[in-house]
This record gives sequence, C-alpha cells and structure tokens, in this order.
Amino acid sequence: MTNASLIDFTLYLADSTLILGQRNGDWCGHGPVLEQDIAITNVTLDLIGQSRSFYQYAAQLIGNGCTEDQLAYWRNEREFKNALLCERPNGDWAQTILRQTFFSFYQRELFTQLLHGADTTLSAIAEKSLKEVRYHCRWSSEWVCRLGDGTQESHERMLAAVENLWPYVGELFVAAPYETALQIDTATLKSNWMDAITAVFTEATLPPPSLTSTFMHTGGKNGQHTEALGYLLAELQYVQRSYPGCEW
Amino acid sequence: MRAIAMDDNELQDCYALLGTIHDPEIPVLSILDLGIVRNIELLHSLQDTGHIRVTITSTYTGCPAMDTIATLIRMELLKKGYKTIEIITAIAPAWTTDWMSEDGKEKLKRYGIAPPDKRFEIPTDGIACPQCGSSNTRLLSEFGSTACKSLLQCNDCAEPFDYFKCH
Repeated sequence: MTNASLIDFTLYLADSTLILGQRNGDWCGHGPVLEQDIAITNVTLDLIGQSRSFYQYAAQLIGNGCTEDQLAYWRNEREFKNALLCERPNGDWAQTILRQTFFSFYQRELFTQLLHGADTTLSAIAEKSLKEVRYHCRWSSEWVCRLGDGTQESHERMLAAVENLWPYVGELFVAAPYETALQIDTATLKSNWMDAITAVFTEATLPPPSLTSTFMHTGGKNGQHTEALGYLLAELQYVQRSYPGCEW
Repeated sequence: MRAIAMDDNELQDCYALLGTIHDPEIPVLSILDLGIVRNIELLHSLQDTGHIRVTITSTYTGCPAMDTIATLIRMELLKKGYKTIEIITAIAPAWTTDWMSEDGKEKLKRYGIAPPDKRFEIPTDGIACPQCGSSNTRLLSEFGSTACKSLLQCNDCAEPFDYFKCH
C-alpha cells in the first residue's frame, strides 16, 4: 500500500460524504413535513461529521500544514473524487430518499470491510460512522417502501427516481486504482449491496434491479464528474474563495 | 476511563473541574456524565510547569458541540493556572451511551428527556414517558432536536418528549 493510494482513498470517502451532505442540506427548511425535515438534516450532519473525520485524516497524511478546510474548499472539480451518485440533483423527495438508501447501504458494506482493514485510523472512523449509517439505512429504506408501496403517484415517483439514479450506482463497484491498491473487495461489496437493495425493492413493490441491463456512468472516483458538481462546488466554496481563511 | 489514583489530589481536582462543564446542547449533563472525557494526564503539576493533556471523544461524528466543549475545557484549565493544555480528540473506541453515568441518566429523566434504555436499541413505541412514567407512548420521529435524540409523545399525559437514543 502506498501512501498516495491511502490519501486518494481517504479523499474519496471524504468527498463522497461531503458532497452528499451538501446536497441533502438543501432540504433544510423545505422537507415535506417537519419531522422529516429534521431527519434529513440529522443525516446530513452525520455525513458532514464523517467527512470531517476523513478530511482531517487526509490532511494529516498529506502533511505540510494541510488542513481539512483546504481540502474541502480549495480543490477544484477535477480534484474531487466523490462517487457520481452523491452529486446527482435532489429532484423530489423520492429521488433524495432513494439516493440516500443507495449510498447508506453502500457505506454500510464498505465500512464493514474497513473495520478489518490494515489502516487503523480508517477502521476507527468506519466503526464510529457505522453506528450512524445503520440508522440512515433503516430510515431511508423505510421511506423507499412507504413511497414504492404507497399511492399510485408515490409509486410512479419512486419508479422515476430508480430510472434516474440507477445508471450511477454501477460506479460504486468498479474499483479505482487506489481501491485496488488497498485491496477493497468490490465484488463482495456489490453482491452484498445488491442483496440488500433487492430486499428493499421487493418490499417496496418495485421491479427487481439489475446491474447488467443498464449503461453505467463512471469517472467520479477519478475526478471526471457530471455537470452538476461544478455548480454545487461554486456554492459550497464561495465564501472561502471570496474571503480566504475567514472564520466565524 | 483511567482509574484515578486516590492520592493524586491534583488529578482529582481536574476531574472535579471538568465535572462542572456542561454539554451546551443538553445543559443538565456534565461532560463527565456524558462519558466523553476519556482521559486526563497530568504531565507536569501546577507547581511545576502546569502541563496537562485531556482526551475527549465525540458522541456523533458531526456533533456541533465538540469545538465548544474543547474551548470550554481549555478556558477552565487556563483559569486553574495550567500553562500548556493539550486537548486530543480520540476516534476509537467509538463513544457509546453505555458510558453515560447512572447519575447522568437520572438527571436526563428529571430534565424531561427519556434516558437511553437497552430494551429500546431502536427507538419505538413504548419508551417510558419521563413526565408521567407511562409506557403508553408512541414514536413520532426517529430523529429529534439533536443527532442523539428521537421524538416521542405520551398517549396518557399527551406530553411530547425526547428520547436519548442508545448508541
């Protein structure tokens, strides 16, 4: 394992949680009902907390006075390694919830692997985050079932969300060079994730998903993103770029 | 948490001092009640150079109170006279509500928050109401006013209340 691979992988974990957190944060004050507004922002807080842990570790590995803020606010689009799924627009509640379900179940499988990985800091962050992730899995997948097995309108919206987001899940299981270097077992990840998602879809009365029948986008893990990320970063980084080093 | 040597008065004073610092979001609990102070190391006593190291851990990764808590600890130790204060945030072992003191759980209940209850690892209907004690309650939302709480309502006294989740 080279240090460069460890840094890249840590940044991949940091960027993915930060970008999804930033996306979810847009729901603050706009949730469908108060309790769910609070729920999605609580999930967001956890994601941002996890991203801070990963950024702090990456900064420590990089050294030379690097800080978590520099990594979050002063890198450009092509330097971000987040999974494409995380940057996809919120759409309606169905799309946001489905995106969260896909990502939370992925986190659950990946972090479970990291528990037994060679790097003790990543194991520690994974162990702490898993407590939160399990909660997110339950909450978000319950919503997929509620909407999928709800009214005709909610069912159709969930189907549309699946159609929109499914082409972005394949990337999660295509190992980036830094994942290969760290011996992340993407084949096991994929099969465990598919089993879990298939169970959710069955309960939600959604057609069983398939990872082979659809074209899958890739690139996020290596810095090639969809158009959506640039706009998101512009908003996320604006204050630090305009007033470098400002604090409150 | 490291056992405190009974003859180490200065270290005991430090624990007592940290026991006066309260969680900014749940002010009824001290940071000792919450179990987030993992260790205090007295490297050089006050009579010497006054060098102390405090290890804390966050409850949830995104807990926004952590930076405030670290500042409060630093302020108290400065007032006490320490010159060099190191505050380390440990990630492992992961914080758990098992570390909350029994005293802390009682304080929570008196404050109107149902304390973590092992029978309810996953928040659900039936968690005892901290106001009237009834178990005839219902879960309103798994997520509450902070990351560590869920929201319930009592069917008997009608009072909505927070439940500090098992974690």
